[in-house]
Amino acid sequence: MKILKNLLKTPFFIFGVVLLVGTLSFAYILPLFYHVDIKTCVGAPYMPPSAEHWLGTDHMGVDMLSLLISGLQSSLYVGLLAGIIATITGTFLGLYAGFRGGWQDNTINMVTNLFIVIPQLVLLILISSSMKEGRSLTLIAVIIGLTTWTWTTRAVRAQAASIKSRDHISLAKVNGASTITILFKHILMYLMSYVFMVFIMQTASGILSESAISMIGLGPFDTVSLGTILNQAQRNEALTDGAWWAFLPAVVLIAAIAFALYVINQSMEGVFNPRLRK
Amino acid sequence: MLKRYPTLRYILSKAGWYFLTFIAAVIINFFLPRMGASNPVDIIMAKVGAGLDTQAAIEKEESYLKEFGLVEVDKDGNIIRDESGKPVQASSFKQFIRYVTMSLQGDFGTSFLNYPKKVSEIILGAIPWTIALQLPTIVLGWIIGNVLGALAAYRRGIFDKFFFPLALLGNAMPFFAFGMLLVWLFAIQMHLFPAIGGYAGDLIPSFSWTFISSAIYHFILPFLSIFLLSAGGQAIGMRSMCIYELGTDYIKYAKWLGVKEHKIIFYMFRNAMLPQLTGLALSLGGMVGGALITEMIFSYPGLGMSVLTAIQGNDYPLIQGCTLLVTICVLIANFSVDIAIGFLDPRVRAGQGAK
Repeated sequence: MKILKNLLKTPFFIFGVVLLVGTLSFAYILPLFYHVDIKTCVGAPYMPPSAEHWLGTDHMGVDMLSLLISGLQSSLYVGLLAGIIATITGTFLGLYAGFRGGWQDNTINMVTNLFIVIPQLVLLILISSSMKEGRSLTLIAVIIGLTTWTWTTRAVRAQAASIKSRDHISLAKVNGASTITILFKHILMYLMSYVFMVFIMQTASGILSESAISMIGLGPFDTVSLGTILNQAQRNEALTDGAWWAFLPAVVLIAAIAFALYVINQSMEGVFNPRLRK
Repeated sequence: MLKRYPTLRYILSKAGWYFLTFIAAVIINFFLPRMGASNPVDIIMAKVGAGLDTQAAIEKEESYLKEFGLVEVDKDGNIIRDESGKPVQASSFKQFIRYVTMSLQGDFGTSFLNYPKKVSEIILGAIPWTIALQLPTIVLGWIIGNVLGALAAYRRGIFDKFFFPLALLGNAMPFFAFGMLLVWLFAIQMHLFPAIGGYAGDLIPSFSWTFISSAIYHFILPFLSIFLLSAGGQAIGMRSMCIYELGTDYIKYAKWLGVKEHKIIFYMFRNAMLPQLTGLALSLGGMVGGALITEMIFSYPGLGMSVLTAIQGNDYPLIQGCTLLVTICVLIANFSVDIAIGFLDPRVRAGQGAK
């Protein structure tokens, strides 16, 4: 509770939360007041913003604000799912490797080091391009999640290895606690704040990865996401036509959500790690 | 024997390690696209097959099958057939061996999209642009970012209050989104810089002044879009490293002793730099990836553009050639940084030797 109090005293943290809530309400509260329709063409291509269509239309004449709302929802979904997958995989492998040591540690370390140097975008391109049909939003989230866990593993492993030799772990061992119990009850609990911060970062990077992979045309086929909006804008010359409403709001939304998450993470780090405090 | 040469031992173990990673990368690069993709010949046949009668189409298809190494071939280069006269498909393992031996000779196969142009030809044309754009940008961004990060940590004040949130915001923006903003603002709205291309469209690459000045003119916007963001990202890392160093005993002691400020900054900088060097190695992959997409925004004639056209046209050999090359470059860069760390930091070598 003290931590929460400290957090609420940090203006930076408040700012991040407000920004996050703002973006979330754009995705989930605005649709209550605005009719979202991403299927029908309601006007001419690249119509500028008007009272009827607050952010104009895209290259097909579809209402832009509707696309943005539904795109933000997809991006949030991908980010969250990818973040959960990457955090769980990474934390679990890291905990196990750090606690176990020996050949299990070496093997996990080897795989981690291997995937950490191979550029993530290369993996994303190779996997996504091989799955031509049925590249759903969920599949993309899974692919992103499975290519970004390496950082978490490395960090959690180092933390777990340092906690391993503490007295309470030895005591638990003497008491006959199983490996699983020790891992989750006695090590993970200590790292919870850290894992939560990792999760925030993984979610942010998941959203950014999705936009990157959609930008190059390997995004979901069945839905709109912020990345596919940008891809369409780029392909259909929104830039040269000066149709700023076709890409600027999407850029702002991506930056806003990732920025909010970064700010929250950074201010939490300041609270959990007193050294960073002034 | 190697115990007496810790540096050599360190280099060798790193080299062995990177070789292993390289093998894994080649395997991934070969098998991933083949996991779900249909036979590449089907794709190319859909393009060229129209208008051919069946016999010609079959012959054409078999010649492609042979060219892409998908069928068994006997010593004289004839396709081996089963009883019904159908070509025998080569096993994936055989295809893999063929792919590796060809890649080692610098032959990445033939592009589908620009048939019969070789993939290596396309890549060779693109790679100078990518290197010219990314190498100076990433290195410069890294240096400036580190200096700014150290200043933010030491001076706090304006650097911390203003530049730090700005860097964080930059970090939250994908490279390409920032590139789009720059294009729209400076090229479309203000007409200050050209929006796309690596040089003016009516020029032919040559070593003339008109061409070089045009190339530099076209270089500025993509350079800025990568440079500013990567500098910001590095500054964030350096800032927290320096704050950590500032809290250590040796800095406090130096302050009590009354050591001159710039000397303390130097100590702090030097010690905080090492992890940043590792950071450079590890984030190279991400930076290269991000910068590739920037090339797409600017239609810069580098590797990123090749990847984009390849993806849009299902040109698997070109995709694979590009991804393999990018991976190799990143591996080499990582390896060089690792070796440099070995020489700069005696603890790294000692740690290896003690094991």
